[in-house]
Amino acid sequence: MTTFVTDNCLRCRFTDCVTVCPVECFHGDDEMLYIDPEVCIDCSACVEECPVQAIHEGDDYPAEKEKWIAINAERASGLPVISEKQEPLPTAEARKGELGF
Amino acid sequence: MGEANKLGTEQNPLRVAVVGSGPSGFYTTEAIIKSGLAVEITMLERLPAPYGLVRYGVAPDHPKLKQAIQVYEKIAEARPFRFLGNVTVGRDISVSDLSRTHHAVVFTCGAETDRRLGVPGEELAGSHTATEFVGWYNGHPYYRDREFDLSHEVAVIIGQGNVAADVTRILAKTVDELKHTDIAEHALEALAESRIREIFVVGRRGPAQAKFTPKELREFGELQDCASIVDEQDLKLNPQSELELADKNNAGNAKNVEIFQRFASQDGGAKHRRCYFRFLKSPVRLLGESRLQRLVLEQNRLEGEPFAQSARGTGEYEELPCGLLFRSIGYHGLPMAGVPFDQRRGVFANDGGRIMENGHVVAGLYAAGWIKRGPTGIIGTNRADSVATVGSLLADLEALNSGESKAGAEGLYPLLAESQVRFIDFAQWRRVDEAEIARGEPKRKPREKFTRVQEMLAVLG
Repeated sequence: MTTFVTDNCLRCRFTDCVTVCPVECFHGDDEMLYIDPEVCIDCSACVEECPVQAIHEGDDYPAEKEKWIAINAERASGLPVISEKQEPLPTAEARKGELGF
Repeated sequence: MGEANKLGTEQNPLRVAVVGSGPSGFYTTEAIIKSGLAVEITMLERLPAPYGLVRYGVAPDHPKLKQAIQVYEKIAEARPFRFLGNVTVGRDISVSDLSRTHHAVVFTCGAETDRRLGVPGEELAGSHTATEFVGWYNGHPYYRDREFDLSHEVAVIIGQGNVAADVTRILAKTVDELKHTDIAEHALEALAESRIREIFVVGRRGPAQAKFTPKELREFGELQDCASIVDEQDLKLNPQSELELADKNNAGNAKNVEIFQRFASQDGGAKHRRCYFRFLKSPVRLLGESRLQRLVLEQNRLEGEPFAQSARGTGEYEELPCGLLFRSIGYHGLPMAGVPFDQRRGVFANDGGRIMENGHVVAGLYAAGWIKRGPTGIIGTNRADSVATVGSLLADLEALNSGESKAGAEGLYPLLAESQVRFIDFAQWRRVDEAEIARGEPKRKPREKFTRVQEMLAVLG
């Protein structure tokens, strides 16, 4: 059981997810956010919060997203915690439209 | 007021009382500490044990969710934090006592009672609230001595949200699936004798409107000795529901329907228990001589626009024999002396977390969490909500600086001594916590909770 951020977050980085994380498990670089699987408690609060459905949980994800599980685990711990809402990237609204949301 | 007297400085720290120690209480505390001002927080909790619904609501078979407690422990270690457990606000200490000793009071006391069905027979023996059952299996002292007759074969849960899911799962699981959790010993013993074979989980609307999170619903496909069953006919949706599911922003409900479809395609196999999800049915009457024997359900149909469909009775009825019923159709807050209450919504009347009376802000009183917005969302939802309330509080900082000195927790100790209240601080709670963990070890449980206040106090000598 893992909860992880996928490439829908790229060029968006809305950061709504971090406001409902009960354990501050989101980390971020300039491009996107990542979940630290060691800290995440799989509560799924963030899944619904993401306006572009970038976050998947459990075994319920499209096969092509699977690689993001390892990417989240690798990237998260070395990056700063993001626990407060930030401005989305300037490309976010356009990207959201492209993704069909 | 001079700069020297500014609130939130070393000379004049912002002193805030937080009433309730669940997630909202701790996230409120965290947000106040993060403001960077000089602050002191006094958290009051009516039980000796902190953490509210994380300790007493989250189901015992969801241990990972309880790890949120580690975050709360860290918040509690912050220097300006004081915990006063075993203190009931409104009884041992009044709201005006808190206002007199603190610049602001934030109520994070949750929504304590279940909403009623409002149908005849609701009071029959065998008909209970989900709150009682959840409190009982989680070892909440207030519900320690409740009794649930598990000698019947059929149980009904009214409601299709996550609390209904928890109650159903605890009834559906085997003792082996529960015995290494922190479930209260008395509950495990009673459940070991359970004769329940069939559990009906009844919703007034359709499968596309069920409130479960997909994660909770999925667990019903993984039970050791209970099959989850949905009638295929029930998954034929009306066009409005199809439209709801087609909306990309409604992924959760679409996932639920997918999961129900999986349940519809399986037979129960050799499993001993059955969990039936039933839709478009409302309870209209509970029947029985001295105790619950039958439930009358009315068939509903959906009316209205997509995302605003409501259930309307069709006038067709059916009877379901059952011996045990739990209602889980939402919670309702309880009023507290000295705080304006919104009876209709069951919350403390507020605007953005500021307590309101007759359209005016009541200076210095705030609310966060379920008592502010009603019982929606999950643990983390309360973090964003608490941050918002603290935002309101900090915006009011100047107005909160009355110029009088506020004594904070120190001002409460004489009052507690006078009324002979034995409060416990956080260090004392940690001793109780350790004792519970030690008690659990021989049984390979994460802890064996003390289920009476006296037992907790006895640990402290």
